[in-house]
Amino acid sequence: MSIRWDRRAWLRLGAVAMAWPALRAAAQQPTPVPASRQRAIPSSGERLPVVGLGSWITFNVGRDAAARAQCADVMRAFFAAGGRLIDSSPMYGSSQEVIGEGLQRIGARDVVFAADKVWVAPASRGPAQIETSRRLWGVPRFDLLQVHNLLEWKEHLPRLFEMKAAGRVRYVGITTSEGRRMDEIEQIMRSQPIDVVQVTYSLADRRAEERIFPLARERGIAVITNRPFEQGDLLRTLQRHRLPPIAAALQCTSWAQYALKFVVSQPAVTCAIPATTRVDHVRENMAAGFGPWPDDAQRRAMHAQVEKLL
Amino acid sequence: MNEWWNYRLRSFLLFSLRTYDRLIEDYNAQLWPLQAVLVAVAVAGLLALARQPSPARNRSVLAALAAAWCTVAWLFEHQRFAAINWAADYAALLFAVQALALSWAALRRGVALRVESALDRLALAVAALGGAVYPLLTAWLGRSWARAEVFALMPGPTALATVGCLLLAKPVRKRLLVVPLLVCGFEGALLWGLYLPAA
Repeated sequence: MSIRWDRRAWLRLGAVAMAWPALRAAAQQPTPVPASRQRAIPSSGERLPVVGLGSWITFNVGRDAAARAQCADVMRAFFAAGGRLIDSSPMYGSSQEVIGEGLQRIGARDVVFAADKVWVAPASRGPAQIETSRRLWGVPRFDLLQVHNLLEWKEHLPRLFEMKAAGRVRYVGITTSEGRRMDEIEQIMRSQPIDVVQVTYSLADRRAEERIFPLARERGIAVITNRPFEQGDLLRTLQRHRLPPIAAALQCTSWAQYALKFVVSQPAVTCAIPATTRVDHVRENMAAGFGPWPDDAQRRAMHAQVEKLL
Repeated sequence: MNEWWNYRLRSFLLFSLRTYDRLIEDYNAQLWPLQAVLVAVAVAGLLALARQPSPARNRSVLAALAAAWCTVAWLFEHQRFAAINWAADYAALLFAVQALALSWAALRRGVALRVESALDRLALAVAALGGAVYPLLTAWLGRSWARAEVFALMPGPTALATVGCLLLAKPVRKRLLVVPLLVCGFEGALLWGLYLPAA
């Protein structure tokens, strides 16, 4: 077929040329990601997907190029499934550097909710450590900075609050794990204007339900929960058994989803941060933010089922 | 209050078994065939220890051990292990101190390494375990040969070989044994925390 280059053809060509930038921009728009369930950070109202991504052990892969690429794939799948919060610490070996490389590789620096920690004594070295961490992540600023395991918290927290006031970090928090120093955590939650508290919470460790969760709700503090699978120990035990019938009603196809849905359906929990090295596992984890959620009675039933198996 | 007592061993492991294995595999691949040379050197040293003692032989063995600690400190702890374990650089410093102490002992001419009793033969067996047999542990653990741990390249076999040799000293230099025994404890913990759960 030959084209007749009459006046009409030239006009059409001109219209396409003028529309080209808009068409190109539309083609480059990221594919809309599915909307996971979200919870608000009480101090700001900002909403976060309930499933985040931890990096303890899993992202500490050193200079291993293949393992680093695998971590970037995990992050890509995490963001593609609607995830935002990634959590790390200077204590986690090469994890911060691996996250930074992954964010750069997949162009997700604007999407990530960057949660890191300060973990150094004496506390006077805190600002330098935070700057090193920020450089490793490659982000302009952290969204959340937490005092890791309460190390030197009396000295670190005032500095973090100053950073928040100056707009150099958006939220301030504290962390612990495996139920340690709960009295001190409670004391800080009562006395300091923190935005976030990070504690361990899982089907096998429900200590946070006793005092931390009620206090967090009372004081308007967001809760990040770590170790939802007890560093894999919980899943290794549960995977020897068949999923109970309640799992089907909640659209859980694996024990990981079952365990994670139990955690994130706890009303006080803002975000849980399971860690993984596998793309299929991160997708499986993210699925816990979708589908039906258990009510109180179902949560009790979920726990009772697991208690029999542990 | 830090509540250190309720930490489990695994709470202190910052990396996975897979990451640690791949680190050693890559390290071995970069240095091959140095491993074969080092095992041969270790076997020669063990044979020398089993024969008639001489001051020159004693000094050579101690100097070789000092060199081994230097190599482990620089090549493994600082250049490789520090990438996944922030404590490795502190270990490298400690190993450098151990190397200096062994060098000093070699120069002083006062350390006699002799095989006289049944206990000494046991000590020699410990040295042989570290110097020559340790790579076979890899097979025992069901891991790839590519991640075998060799004397003078990895802390575990180096520490065992050092403990065995130093137990032959008359009298035993206890201070020289502190770092190697600490390393043996760490290696045991690593075995307990990483390998046995995966076995």
